[in-house]
Amino acid sequence: MTTEVSVDTSQMDAGRHADGDAPRRIRMRVAGLVIAAVLLVLAAIASLAIGNRAIDPVTVLTALAAYDDSNPLHLMVQQLRLPRTLLGIVVGAALAVCGALIQAFTRNPLADPGILGVNAGASFTVTFAVAVLGLNTPGAYVPFALLGAFVLTLLVYALGSLGTSGATPMKLTLAGVALGAAFTGFTTAIVLQNRSTFDVMRFWGVGSIGGRSLDQLTWAAPLIVVGLLIGLLCARSLNALALGDDLAHSLGVRVGVVRILVIVSVTLLAGTSVAAAGPIAFVGIMIPHVVRWFTGPDQRWVLAYSILVGPTFLLLADVLGRIALPNGELRVGIITGLLGAPVLVALVRRKKVSGL
Amino acid sequence: MTASLNARDITLAYGDTRIISNLSLAVPDKSFTIIIGPNACGKSTLLRGFARLLRPSTGTVLLDGADLHSLKPKEAARKLGLLPQSSIAPDGITVADLVGRGRFPHQNALRTWSRDDERAVAEAMDATGTTELSSRLVDELSGGQRQRVWVAMALAQRTGHLLLDEPTTFLDIAHQIDLMELFADLHREGTTLVAVLHDLNHAARYATHLVAMRDGAIVAQGDPRDVITEQLVEAVYDLPCRVITDPVSGTPLVLPLGRRAK
Amino acid sequence: MSIDERSVESTVESTVESTVDFGRRHWRIDTARVSTLIPVRSVLVCAALVVVIIVAGLASMTIGAYDVNFAAVLGAVFDPSSDPDVRQVVLEWRLPRVLFAVLCGAALALAGGIFQSLTRNPLGSPDIIGFGVGAQFGVTLMMIVFELNTYMFKAIGALVGGLFTALLVYALANSKTMSSFRLIIVGIGVSAGLGSLTSWILISVSLEKAMMAATWGAGSIASLGFDQLLPAAIVFAVVLVGSLPLNRTLPVLEMGDDAATALGISPGRTRLAAMVFGVALVALVTAAAGPISFIALAAPQISQRLTRSNTPMGTAPVMLTGAALVVVSDAVAQLVGVPVGVVTVSVGGLYLAWLLAAQYARRA
Repeated sequence: MTTEVSVDTSQMDAGRHADGDAPRRIRMRVAGLVIAAVLLVLAAIASLAIGNRAIDPVTVLTALAAYDDSNPLHLMVQQLRLPRTLLGIVVGAALAVCGALIQAFTRNPLADPGILGVNAGASFTVTFAVAVLGLNTPGAYVPFALLGAFVLTLLVYALGSLGTSGATPMKLTLAGVALGAAFTGFTTAIVLQNRSTFDVMRFWGVGSIGGRSLDQLTWAAPLIVVGLLIGLLCARSLNALALGDDLAHSLGVRVGVVRILVIVSVTLLAGTSVAAAGPIAFVGIMIPHVVRWFTGPDQRWVLAYSILVGPTFLLLADVLGRIALPNGELRVGIITGLLGAPVLVALVRRKKVSGL
Repeated sequence: MTASLNARDITLAYGDTRIISNLSLAVPDKSFTIIIGPNACGKSTLLRGFARLLRPSTGTVLLDGADLHSLKPKEAARKLGLLPQSSIAPDGITVADLVGRGRFPHQNALRTWSRDDERAVAEAMDATGTTELSSRLVDELSGGQRQRVWVAMALAQRTGHLLLDEPTTFLDIAHQIDLMELFADLHREGTTLVAVLHDLNHAARYATHLVAMRDGAIVAQGDPRDVITEQLVEAVYDLPCRVITDPVSGTPLVLPLGRRAK
Repeated sequence: MSIDERSVESTVESTVESTVDFGRRHWRIDTARVSTLIPVRSVLVCAALVVVIIVAGLASMTIGAYDVNFAAVLGAVFDPSSDPDVRQVVLEWRLPRVLFAVLCGAALALAGGIFQSLTRNPLGSPDIIGFGVGAQFGVTLMMIVFELNTYMFKAIGALVGGLFTALLVYALANSKTMSSFRLIIVGIGVSAGLGSLTSWILISVSLEKAMMAATWGAGSIASLGFDQLLPAAIVFAVVLVGSLPLNRTLPVLEMGDDAATALGISPGRTRLAAMVFGVALVALVTAAAGPISFIALAAPQISQRLTRSNTPMGTAPVMLTGAALVVVSDAVAQLVGVPVGVVTVSVGGLYLAWLLAAQYARRA
């Protein structure tokens, strides 16, 4: 109980500062945002330049500005690395914002689409689509991934908010674990039935942004942008919601509407990124935490920073995966899984977080 | 006066932190011994030493002439019971089942429920007035009822000595008196009771042997009428007070002066 | 048995004059050496579970590539003069699988009961702390990376992987106090990390190898025969006998260390014994069949509700519940054509969700 109270006051502080009490703080945050944007650009250039075959940044830039299809390096940048980088940017932003939204929404600092079972739901419906309906293009996965993500979000939230105490972090996490396990089981059952499905899904099941074409961006990017906009729209209301439903009501927030908007946003972000890149663990949980060290708990800043820091992290993880092995590459989902596990353990061992 | 339960030169410590050094205490048989003292004076630690919860690093606790800590746990549990300060009632356990758990030291793999067990449990519930509750869930009881059930469990253990660790904490005044009267009845029926209490006036009223502790040592012990004096209370608690005779029981009654009346 | 029957008879009337009202009906056994109360409900539940196990076991022996109907299964089991081909299919191929299901279910359920009683928490079961993922990782490592494909090495891989992961999760989650929230989150973290290592291995090898490892890693008893059953059964019997005293001591320990000490139990020693036996039981199953998830979690909870008991620890009903769950799951797994662990994790996950829903709706 006491931790909740302390969170509330810091939340109020953040709101007050943001509303003009500390213009210096705002200036610093804007400066931080600019720095984050610059870092993202650098990460994007690194993602275009580094790989199996290194391409110097000048060539990268000319390939973008003055594309010459007779130059194999230009071809490589435009055909392979550009889609990959752009996909990394949208998926990274989607994952980070999705995590931040879920954490604010459930008042649970350790939530993300993976932990709450949302990814398991999306994976199940996609697997179903592949095995039973024979779909095999990521674009066709989208409606299924969205459906799975939506249903699981609703189920976990409904299950976690049963009873008088509402949706506590513990209850939501347990609900996520239970339903996530069940759906993972269903997925395994389908996958082990059929060799070709198993083969498709074992690769898809490890998140990756490589080997995608620009076509994929044409459907993924708009959906994710819509999701991001809805999320940003909810930021102020989420600040009020952090004070508790009752107080949010009395502050004039329409709690029911905000809930629906957040669930729609989470569904769009998680579902689309799973369809486009497969399940990528831990980005959603790590980035909002890192961001909050700089911004405090004001959701408007948390979301804004997450949009920039998420892609930066995902691109760097992807680059790391390309150069980690002497030959071949590690998929980004494996990199984030390996990086994320110790971070999560460290987070939960910190007293402040575990008290929540 | 015989004392089958006594501590000889015991030192009790948690890790490297010594709480009690070379303390001796003989608990008179058939007495209602109450230990008082300020917070952190070591009274609960001493009780834990008697209850086998804390093994003395030096010295021994004797029960009927044998080292308590080298007795078989079950054998010791048939002679010495404890009402712990905090116990956990498993979810969904009924009163009768909980009281029945007190019979554990008398049971074995083949005799899990004998007529003796049944009799002991029935009598323990009768003595504590919990018989009507017997098929109720412990979770559903009030604080006062629940504490009576735990007492019943300790009684069902049928031990000659019973240790009570702050048994009345968290109860309202009526339930406190209720419980103290129950202990007084047990004492009259021949059980040796050793209690740690916070309430000086309850201690003075019900104890037959009062032990006052401070800083891990015994400051005074004996009949409450002799032990409870204005000087002693001030020496033990740093609390100026007046001591009068309780008009109801004739035992000493401590009235703290507070800052204003000084 | 004859003594019991006589005393049961003599007790039906004595239930009435019982001086202590437990709020349920008992059968009393009261002889010179043996005296105990047996709740009528537990006996009925156990009997029903035995029926379920036998019927589901026989039914699951009809399922398979070679068509055998129910009557033929009965004939093969009980009539030595029936068709030898059918007898071979039923007795040598399918019977060991069903017996293994019984053994695995009983062992996992007992382990779950031990852990849940020890931690006073339904989530204190090996599934939550990453045993399954660890075992799967160990198997994958053995089969693919070290290319050690014999049964023994797979078993060792599963065992070491599971134990190591469980210990790691416990150690990481334990900072002074053990909060279940932290335990779960650390479990998720470590599982996800190991899971991505497993996936990495699976995508870097051929389809055949990957599928083989994934099948074994999902927990399967389909390919087991009498050769593996006998040693497993002996170990199980030994551990079971060793753990019998826990049936009485663990429920007392649930009341807290102080109360348990006062009642003549050494908490430290009891806890150590419980851990050793609990881990041994899970290890036994994991070594034999790979990770079969959620039985350890679900069986004690189901059994506790069926018997209306106040502890998850109750050897007979808990083991029978677990056995029934795995035998039924195995029959389903045979019908669908997946490893039994896949069925248990799906059904178990849903069951856990239902359990939580019931619990949340009731209070808090």
